[in-house]
Amino acid sequence: MIATIDIEFTVNGKPVRISVPPRMTLVDCLRDMLGLTGSHIGCEHGVCGACSVMLDEVPIRSCLMFAVQADGAAVTTVEGLEGPDGKLSPLQEAFWDCHAMQCGYCTPGMLVAAQGLLDENPDPTADEIREAISSNLCRCTGYQQIVEAIQLAAQRMNEGPDHA
Amino acid sequence: MKAAEFEYFRPTTLDEACGLLADTGDDADRCLLAGGQTLVPMMAMRLARPTHLIDINRITELQGIRDLGGSVEIGAGTRQRAVEKDPITRRKLPLLAAALPHVGHHQTRNRGTVGGSIVLGDASAEIPLVALILNATLIIHRRDGRRETMADGFFEGPMMTALEPGDILTTIRFPVWDGTTGSAFHEVAPRKGDYALVSAGAQVALDANGTCIRAAIGVGGCAPTPLRLQAVEDALVGQRLTDALITQAIAPVPDLIDPESSVHASAAYRRRAAPQLVQRALLDALSEARP
Repeated sequence: MIATIDIEFTVNGKPVRISVPPRMTLVDCLRDMLGLTGSHIGCEHGVCGACSVMLDEVPIRSCLMFAVQADGAAVTTVEGLEGPDGKLSPLQEAFWDCHAMQCGYCTPGMLVAAQGLLDENPDPTADEIREAISSNLCRCTGYQQIVEAIQLAAQRMNEGPDHA
Repeated sequence: MKAAEFEYFRPTTLDEACGLLADTGDDADRCLLAGGQTLVPMMAMRLARPTHLIDINRITELQGIRDLGGSVEIGAGTRQRAVEKDPITRRKLPLLAAALPHVGHHQTRNRGTVGGSIVLGDASAEIPLVALILNATLIIHRRDGRRETMADGFFEGPMMTALEPGDILTTIRFPVWDGTTGSAFHEVAPRKGDYALVSAGAQVALDANGTCIRAAIGVGGCAPTPLRLQAVEDALVGQRLTDALITQAIAPVPDLIDPESSVHASAAYRRRAAPQLVQRALLDALSEARP
């Protein structure tokens, strides 16, 4: 039996101290130890993108990283996208308005991937959006409403909070 | 699908990592963890079962891009996305800049490293192909020394390289071409971000009269290793490049490669696709070189 390792990191802005077995992936830690079940596990080998989270402000796949590697990092999950008052973010609102989901399984990963794009590129083209979400599989929507939602979110965010 | 148990080590210096990797006093299976975008899924599927995992992500000596004028050195642990976004890459290593967007996705490039892709040595991966086309210098450390080797000769077979147990690839030194140059990279893949069925990269340099003075061309997915197409290069150097000459130069490509069939593409398909992609890469490289 291999000993657990103590790590400290922040999750959605809150400091966390926890002891993890080395082989535990970050997504298992988030879901099973921290109760943050928004990040989904689809393929568990880095293909589907359902487990996408932000690690130090860039989107990554949390099934392709051991929790112990997140020691000292800042992790943001889909639960951390909402505002401090609990309101949906402009991106989440746009997903709602465009009906950018059916079963919802891919949605947390899509939101994280899209937020990563908008953080870096506030006014993406449809091609750039498709490129950014090419890492995430959706088997329901055909992607069109997801692309439209991200475009709508970008438009509202660029017009300012009055229009959101 | 959970990885088997392992002991976890997180060295912060290269010396420490070399020491941990060289420690072979038992029958432990020691493995380096860089970006983990291939190793972690292999561990999840139990295709890899290291007993000792040495995480080299906190070693600052393995990070960064350095412009040395005639060459650019990239630390093996530098994230692919960091290299892709760095202006030095676009300015001095345009072939690498053209290839990197084809490597996986944003999310995997945010973790995956340049060195990790090279040491994996996949024949259809983009970064090993670029390293081969430009014949990059690979700087390798181990507990008892340091050596340099060229990318030409490094890739020995399917996922096999010249690295020995105990070796750590630390730096990749890419040569920078002077003068009027152009480069391009093309591939076909079933879906964006998938491994390429066939890929091709080309870089050309022209003199003031428009004569080709240097050409470097290679293909991926066409043999057990990435492949440099010397015969095509030889047919171009010293010539004024025209569409007709390029068509003639790529004619032998199907005979220069040794592709295998897979569930995604037959060998015959790869033989047809390879010359087309080489032609496309050459024409684009040429139009980039011409003002």
